Amino acid sequence: MKALSIRNLTKTYLKGPMALKGIDLDVEQGDFFALLGPNGAGKSTTIGIVTSLITKTSGEVKIFDIDLSTSPEKAKSYLGLVPQEFNFNGFEQVENILLTQAGYYGIPKKEAAPRVEQLLHQLDLWDKRFTPSRSLSGGMKRRLMIARALVHQPKLLILDEPTAGVDIELRRSMWQFLQEINAQGTTIILTTHYLEEAENLCRNIAIIDHGSIIENTDMKSLLNRLDKEVFILDLKQPLPDNIDLSGLAIHQLDSKTLELELKRDDIINNIFTRLTQQGIEISSMKNKANRLEELFLALVDRTSPNV
Amino acid sequence: MKAPEVHHWVAFTTLLTREIRRFIRIWPQTLLPPAITMTLYFIIFGNLIGSRIGEMSGFSYMEYIAPGIIMMAVINNAYANVASSFFSAKFQNHIEELLVAPIPNYLILVGYIAGGAARGLLVGLIVTLVSLFFTTLPIQHIFITLSMVVLSAIMFALGGFINAIYAKNFDEIAIIPTFILTPLTYLGGIFYSIDLLPDFWQQASLFNPILYMVNAFRYGMLGVSDIPVSIAFSIIIFCIIGLSSFALYLLNKGTGLRH
Repeated sequence: MKALSIRNLTKTYLKGPMALKGIDLDVEQGDFFALLGPNGAGKSTTIGIVTSLITKTSGEVKIFDIDLSTSPEKAKSYLGLVPQEFNFNGFEQVENILLTQAGYYGIPKKEAAPRVEQLLHQLDLWDKRFTPSRSLSGGMKRRLMIARALVHQPKLLILDEPTAGVDIELRRSMWQFLQEINAQGTTIILTTHYLEEAENLCRNIAIIDHGSIIENTDMKSLLNRLDKEVFILDLKQPLPDNIDLSGLAIHQLDSKTLELELKRDDIINNIFTRLTQQGIEISSMKNKANRLEELFLALVDRTSPNV
Repeated sequence: MKAPEVHHWVAFTTLLTREIRRFIRIWPQTLLPPAITMTLYFIIFGNLIGSRIGEMSGFSYMEYIAPGIIMMAVINNAYANVASSFFSAKFQNHIEELLVAPIPNYLILVGYIAGGAARGLLVGLIVTLVSLFFTTLPIQHIFITLSMVVLSAIMFALGGFINAIYAKNFDEIAIIPTFILTPLTYLGGIFYSIDLLPDFWQQASLFNPILYMVNAFRYGMLGVSDIPVSIAFSIIIFCIIGLSSFALYLLNKGTGLRH
């Protein structure tokens, strides 16, 4: 069964451009799905329509086979949303925000309380349960939005840039948490500007640009289409003057740093052997840019195509 | 896969509880000011000036104005509660919590209106208790008294809701209470009987809906009214049906809420 099915979805804002030009999108149940695109591409409009915050111009949205237009309450009962912007009542206490949200989904306080307690512990907010939400730090507010979206145990969780502005330690712990709930059966749709995040977490991906889906495939196939990768090599000693790098796609960045362009058919051992023969010792090696980032930029015409 | 069952009663009580919790949390802004203001009305208009006015429709001036002052507090607070609460929810975007949830629009409307009416009635009760320090309140027709105060609170809560839907900033929340509601309230027969007015102004007053509510409420308490009570009930029920239909239409359309 499809967790989300979108057919020929269009949206034209009043006195504005056509934000969505008839997109089709399917997300399978249990998937961890990335919806990527540059700013203004149509991601938030798509999510807004699926979550009923934006009215569509035409088209069809089904959540677990239930039409959002004809049975909105049934369809919405499956959904949880972590929006991009903080959108809770700043004067409400953390615990009350979660209990109230559960109540909106028809869950009585008595039934919701243990679930709220569990989520607050899991997301490290238990000590802040009586704190008004406006007094929380940015990272805590992000975690509170995740807890709120999960309080009614949605089958489909939509996260619109959930880790924006979050430090790397917290981001990684959020990734782990999301992977856990996905493993427990929750379908997740993620939009993010951190492409490393999408690459690490998501199994399938759609890229939207100028209101159209320009790519919709699984992450592995997409990354396989990358025909070259660029690595940065840090050297142990400064590069000698008489070094011979002819025939290798290597550029010297400074005396102790090289940039290596590796094509898909290249064998990295051969390159290392040649460098080793000339007495060059490599202390570390890293990708110059995230692989998905390179593909993404190529796909949305932000750089010259190299796929 | 079977959709989870949503208990609308729980959703409604959650929304109502949240609204009540809100105005109780900020009681110095919501419950205290009307108590102080209405005490001043009783002291100045009822006691100091009223003692020189003498009787009106067979009652002391203090007794005569008490029902109107209570009704004024109910109307203002029912309106203000929904207008400010719903607009704040829009302003802070936490209205999205409701829009995303599986709650039908009519229930959102009913929840906010019940919250506004609750504040209006609680303030009405506070002002009634204050008035007992100054005068007696004989209740002649309990059913008319209670039904009129509840219907008035509902009607003005609906007005506040529609105001909040259209409002784009806090100024637009204040315009209608300041320039329409307050003048209509003061000209709604709280402090005088329209029999005292010249013919033209008597006729003009009949277009003021607040006149009907104040008089019907006064009738319930004192047994005197400038207008037939049945007309007051007809008008208020007609207004409630009209306003609630319009508010629901706006919610369904997403006016001021959804792009």
